[in-house]
Amino acid sequence: MGEFREPLNVIVTGVGGQGNVLASQVLAAAAVEAGYRVSIGETFGASQRGGSVMSHVRISRDRTYGPLIPRGRAHLIVGFEPLETLRILMDYGNPETVVVMNDRPNYPIGCLLGEEKYPDPHLIVEAVNRLAAKNHVLPATELAKEAGNSMAANMVMTGALSGSGLLPFGGDRFTGVIETLFSGEVRDLNMRAFQKGTEAVQAAGTAR
Amino acid sequence: MSIYAVALDQPGRAVVLTGNEAVARGAIEAGVAFAACYPGSPTAEVLPTLAQLGDRFNIYTEFSTNEKVAIEGAAAASFAGLRSLTICKADGFNVALDFATAVCLSGTKGGMVIMVGDDPNAHSSVKEEDSRFLARTANLPVLEPATVAEAKEVTRAAFELSEKIMLPVVVRCTTRICHASGDVKLGPLPPVEKQAALSRDQRYVTSTLFAQFMKGKVKTAAALAEDSPFNYYTGPDNAERIVIACGPSCAYALEAIEILGLGDSVGLLKISTTWPLPENLLLKHLKGAREVVFAEEVDSFLEDGVMTIAAKHWDEVGPVKFYGKNTGHMAGPRGAFVGELDPDTVTSCLSKIFSVPYDPPALPNAREARELVNYSMPSRELALCAGCPHRASFWAIKMAVELDGRNAIVLGDIGCYTLGLMRTGYNILQSVHCMGAGVGIACGLGKLDRFNFRQPVITVVGDSTFFHAVPQALINARYNQSDILCVILDNETTAMTGHQPHPGRGVSASGQPAGKVEIEPLLAGMGIPVTVHDPYDVEGTVGVIHRLLRESGPRALVLRRACALVAVKGRKKDRVYVNQEKCIGDDCGCARFCSRVFACPANIWDSRLGKARIDEAVCNGCGVCASLCPQRAIIVERTV
Ligand code: SF4
Ligand code: SF4
Repeated sequence: MGEFREPLNVIVTGVGGQGNVLASQVLAAAAVEAGYRVSIGETFGASQRGGSVMSHVRISRDRTYGPLIPRGRAHLIVGFEPLETLRILMDYGNPETVVVMNDRPNYPIGCLLGEEKYPDPHLIVEAVNRLAAKNHVLPATELAKEAGNSMAANMVMTGALSGSGLLPFGGDRFTGVIETLFSGEVRDLNMRAFQKGTEAVQAAGTAR
Repeated sequence: MSIYAVALDQPGRAVVLTGNEAVARGAIEAGVAFAACYPGSPTAEVLPTLAQLGDRFNIYTEFSTNEKVAIEGAAAASFAGLRSLTICKADGFNVALDFATAVCLSGTKGGMVIMVGDDPNAHSSVKEEDSRFLARTANLPVLEPATVAEAKEVTRAAFELSEKIMLPVVVRCTTRICHASGDVKLGPLPPVEKQAALSRDQRYVTSTLFAQFMKGKVKTAAALAEDSPFNYYTGPDNAERIVIACGPSCAYALEAIEILGLGDSVGLLKISTTWPLPENLLLKHLKGAREVVFAEEVDSFLEDGVMTIAAKHWDEVGPVKFYGKNTGHMAGPRGAFVGELDPDTVTSCLSKIFSVPYDPPALPNAREARELVNYSMPSRELALCAGCPHRASFWAIKMAVELDGRNAIVLGDIGCYTLGLMRTGYNILQSVHCMGAGVGIACGLGKLDRFNFRQPVITVVGDSTFFHAVPQALINARYNQSDILCVILDNETTAMTGHQPHPGRGVSASGQPAGKVEIEPLLAGMGIPVTVHDPYDVEGTVGVIHRLLRESGPRALVLRRACALVAVKGRKKDRVYVNQEKCIGDDCGCARFCSRVFACPANIWDSRLGKARIDEAVCNGCGVCASLCPQRAIIVERTV
């Protein structure tokens, strides 16, 4: 399990509709179950319609921090989308920041219109590798499809975060929260997705 | 985080709640009986939370047609001795203000709380507004929570204060409270039994006769504020430098003081009772201080209030330097009166004010990384969802206006369709102000013919906006015979704020069957001719608009099609794909119509093949692009 810093600053980032707000809520609930204090700041605006979304999650032993992480002070970045991951890393990262990222791009409308160019995703990964202390890349959307539905990519990413060993509490805290939050088929899907994320990160970790 | 946590009967347990849920839980713990609102971000989720728990905790909840009706309903419950809550955003408080400035004179009985969400940085608004000035105009005390956990406690306390002084109390939350989350310690739940009673001798009348009495209530609130547990000081004793803050700025200031290593010399005075202010408490701290910094969001409300107190007691306070929005010292990158605060802004401002150096941590290889991706970091502009009926409507309006050739003016206002301002809506809207404003403006433009203004006037409104603010303007158009075409984009929901029902739905806030108000007979009753069409039939819609543009007097067109996000729920989508044989790519001459011009986010360009493609994960299967493709290369496979 990860070494604890006070407060532990985690940013979950992606694009509206990817379910990263829910992922940050699950992370926070797991932290509270493990006895920590949490504070989350969500920046989403009208993101239902394709804007950038980021959640700042701050985990503390004993104190309520403000909902926003100061620039350059994120310990962990969980990126649901490559470009957003790089963007947030540049603003909030420092040389010790660790990244867990999904490799599937979600193209901004300007790129779809052919007016702007989305960088080569491999180069984004390369850039993140250079900036971050460590980068765990996984095909979260594909893994979610394997688990039953691409919409569950958020739980794959949550599983990966848990499996990365960077948090001061274990996966059982997460599965406990998933158990209470969801029921029936959705719960099973999310559980499978969570496990896939955990396994993917751990397999990659041992391979390295 | 979930309705489950809001409802838990486990006093003392810590759960994660959003700020909006914390307010809902605070109201439940206070025994609220009646809650009414018109949804507005950032506070839109409070009422749905209460609505889901209405049966369990014996709470009546409603979505009202607008904020004025909502606050009046809440006051009614208060008159009958019940605790009541109304919820709005700053813009909504404007709508409720007429009643608010009256009810302070008539007074209330059961605790009545008005939760107002201000939106610094206008995350989900068209403007930033400081509702505290409105509350003061209406003589209503303001409480501001600084954290999510405090949002629950402050809400509870607001009900008690309201009952003590017999005035509604405003709980002002900003987006960084409403949409933030944090651990909240649950309190005990009250009994669910509640009784309404209003006797013939109770009278609630607005009259200046009661003005002095009402001012006395405000004085009582000021006296109570002196001992409020939500106002407190942290820092060294007798600090000569203090920061006075409210709301989330308190946490930013505290963190900034720590980052700058100023903990030994700078104190933080946190104020929740921002109106009326606790004069003695402030004086106590002002007397020792030589430099005072204000940290608050939107306008300089706390700052102005404290400086007035300092001026009143200048002989006791002595020489003090004030730094805030008015002096330009507490300002984000865009200026002091725009945008929100954050820990970086507060840190850099304090570093300048107190002359202590600050170097934010930075990434050593950022330049290299930027080079690697060729400096190309495209931003994410907001876009209408894939399959959004508004996209089809805007396209049809654009085509009809071009066909008409008389430079028709197109006006809009507030809802998802505000995006008609941007490229996703073909930049078609020429005005955006507030709910229903486009129709009033159209009424005016439609009467300028004597000044040689001959362009046709189109105004678009959503269905929820229609019920909120449009009938009065349309009655005006009919009465004064204004030449306007009002296009009602009826997507059968209040989409922008998260799909709440409205009077046209026949469903209540708690999901029960409700009375249904039909738009067409309402318009017919006003004597306004109305046409109804499906915007997904783009060609047909263009024809209808083109015809209506040539008619005169007030007329209406309802473009009815469910919001794409609602339509796909629990249903299998039609499969839409590009027949790669039929699509001839850039040889077509359509200028990549589907992806570049019509610009549904699911229509993408496959640069490898040089042909159009549809992202099936994003596509909502509306089929509109298929009807517009000149090669008929897009195929819709209907699911049965
Ligand atoms: S059918 Fe065409 S226009 Fe409709 S959602 Fe799919 S790609 Fe977009
Ligand atoms: S939420 Fe509905 S109305 Fe709003 S942009 Fe999306 S599809 Fe259109």
